[in-house]
Amino acid sequence: MTELQAEQASKVLDNSVTQAKPRPNRDALIALAVFVVLALLPMLTSSKFLLDFVIRCAAYGLFATSLNLLVGYTGLTSFGHGMFFGLGAYGFGLMMQKTGVAVPVAFVATLAITFVVALVIGAICVRLKEIYFAFVTLAFQMLIHSTILSWVSLTGGDQGLRGGIPRPPFLGIDLSNHLHLYIVSCALLVIGLFLMHQIAQSPFGYTLRMIRDNATRASFIGIDVWRAKLTIFVLAALFASTGGIIMALFVSGAYPEFAYWTISGEGIFINMLGGVTTFLGPMVGTALFLILNDTVTRVTEYHGIVLGIVILFFAIGLRKGLMDFVIEWYAQRRERSGERAS
Amino acid sequence: MLEIRALSKSFGGVKATDNVTLDFADGSLTAVIGPNGAGKSTFFNLITGALKPDSGQILLNGVDLAGRSPPEIVRHGIGRAFQVASIFPSLTVQETMLAAVGADQRRAGVMHRRFPLAETRDRAEHAMELLGLASKRNRTAATLSHGDQKLLDIALALVLDPKVLLLDEPTAGMGTEERWRMIDKVRELWEKQKITVVFIEHDMDIVFKIAPEIVVLCYGRILATGKPDAVRRNEAVIEAYLGTEHHAEAAI
Repeated sequence: MTELQAEQASKVLDNSVTQAKPRPNRDALIALAVFVVLALLPMLTSSKFLLDFVIRCAAYGLFATSLNLLVGYTGLTSFGHGMFFGLGAYGFGLMMQKTGVAVPVAFVATLAITFVVALVIGAICVRLKEIYFAFVTLAFQMLIHSTILSWVSLTGGDQGLRGGIPRPPFLGIDLSNHLHLYIVSCALLVIGLFLMHQIAQSPFGYTLRMIRDNATRASFIGIDVWRAKLTIFVLAALFASTGGIIMALFVSGAYPEFAYWTISGEGIFINMLGGVTTFLGPMVGTALFLILNDTVTRVTEYHGIVLGIVILFFAIGLRKGLMDFVIEWYAQRRERSGERAS
Repeated sequence: MLEIRALSKSFGGVKATDNVTLDFADGSLTAVIGPNGAGKSTFFNLITGALKPDSGQILLNGVDLAGRSPPEIVRHGIGRAFQVASIFPSLTVQETMLAAVGADQRRAGVMHRRFPLAETRDRAEHAMELLGLASKRNRTAATLSHGDQKLLDIALALVLDPKVLLLDEPTAGMGTEERWRMIDKVRELWEKQKITVVFIEHDMDIVFKIAPEIVVLCYGRILATGKPDAVRRNEAVIEAYLGTEHHAEAAI
């Protein structure tokens, strides 16, 4: 099933958006409820593995969902989105190691750096179409990765940022405490998803859908396509960077692999696994990917082969992600119950 | 008033639009005709900013729009529909209209509010009613019939409240009956909306029946302009495009 067909199938759900009265606070309440449930999780389980899993889900989930804003919503298939994940991890790690500023300051400063870098790279890339966009973003990713490898005095080269990232307490939060780190990661995940969902459901989100469907037509109804693409490119970079910051905090370091092209590949894989036609598809994909990765690496060192087969299964066999299936099933069920009622 | 002044555009050695000067009065309905390769679509592409002219002016109420980008030209009041319906396949009819009105109200970049915006509803509703698409509001554009997709394309241009509406072959790819329905709709819109409409058409029966003004293009140049009767009797037009059939009909 193509992305277009999937979106048409999901219209049964989407139509509620245009028919129902907007409930702006509903998302905020759901986000709050999800955060409370996640925050209460440590009281229910003492499993460090599970909490670690959620932290990794937060890092990769923000990254993958932000990639879906580009791929699924705007039709911009970036092969270099991982550079912003790496930039977040290195920017934050370096800031904490070299300057010793407070964590919130380093967080904001890292996002500011990401903003500038994404603005420059985006201004060049979003003019390009399809495969050219994909490969030029990939080229920029390789450029950043090479810079990290070769600027040994600053980045530690292929050894990465070692010696740990200092995490001085702020506002009563101590990120070197595992529980605190868990709660902050959950908060960042929930806030990030809430903001991205708001973007997706806003008039701007529909502008992105129009650009994905038919950029030429969009420009003939008065939309500045370049500007809209650049805006979403930069915003997606900021969320990916936040994912990188969570990852740097989690491993207390930053490594060149965070900025390598395989991270972008994993992002695309996660999107294929979860599906790009629903907002939460990439989040589901993230959980699946991490479970799959953890399980397979425990069993065999040839995990690449197994993951490759799974990719082929989803890409060629199913041609859609897990959430696409759920949506399609739900749409068919509603259709059937509608037929019965009539 | 839309005034075209000495508009020219070449592709390599081919002059697709060659020193065209034309006036379209406010509220006029004009058909642009000509053989294949006459430069009709290029002419539209130049006016709407899809192509940049080599020289010349495109004056809408005295403002020169030549060489400006499509979004700028749209905001000045020139809307267009395409030869092949240019729509947003995954959006419903209603979403398409609401999003287009939002774009016209400079709200395409709004992120802090939910789609659809309340202030876009009335205009979107009006456009759907006008084009007879209201009953198909929840259909995705991809699932509409060819004729409805063409109507949606026109609705997309019309919902922006243009001063000038350019329709590139509104009846392309339609059966005879559907063609007449479409062209009746175009004429009805022109009468109701009181805007300037310029349309490209290949069906001469349609052109001579409904267009009060006709422009004939050939090899990028204006071959003739004027009322249908005068154009039908024009020797150059008969030779280059119409052949003797329409001339004979006119004589009868």
